[in-house]
Amino acid sequence: MQIARVIGDVVTTIKDANLNGVKLLVLQPLDAGGHPAGRTLVAVDAVGAGVGETVFFVRGKEASFPFHPTEVPADAGIVGIVDHWDVSVT
Amino acid sequence: MILARVVGTVVATRKDPRLVSNKLLVARPMDPHGKAEGNYLVAVDTVDAGVGERVLIVSGSSARMASGMKDCPVDAAIVGIVDQVEITQDE
Repeated sequence: MQIARVIGDVVTTIKDANLNGVKLLVLQPLDAGGHPAGRTLVAVDAVGAGVGETVFFVRGKEASFPFHPTEVPADAGIVGIVDHWDVSVT
Repeated sequence: MILARVVGTVVATRKDPRLVSNKLLVARPMDPHGKAEGNYLVAVDTVDAGVGERVLIVSGSSARMASGMKDCPVDAAIVGIVDQVEITQDE
């Protein structure tokens, strides 16, 4: 899993039927210091996250597991909202 | 998933039988502001997208979870047509 900041959202009308009702958010992955690291991506939201929050997300098929048994076609999914994180050695 | 712009189509006569009657499109990944980044890719289209449209692409084994793609040899599928991307936080 990786830590990221939610920086925006995506609106789609025409989409895979299994994506109906699923929130799509734009994530910017973060490094240990909380700075942007790497490309932005779009993830499905399984925990009710919102713009501005720090979250952690999974990559791969596991992104759809929170929506089981619906097979949501997603390769990135937010699975937790970070309250606090601390890296003492970098 | 990634945001991309559809830039072309692919025609293939000889292909895996499970790809028959699927539309293949060439897409260029882009950042949320619309700036192109990364390499072009070929994605199977499940939502009737067209050239010039902004789309949502799912890649890896998850692409097989797109509608009608079960057990098909694909690693990128277009699963949504993007109406709007709103960035409210600085990157």
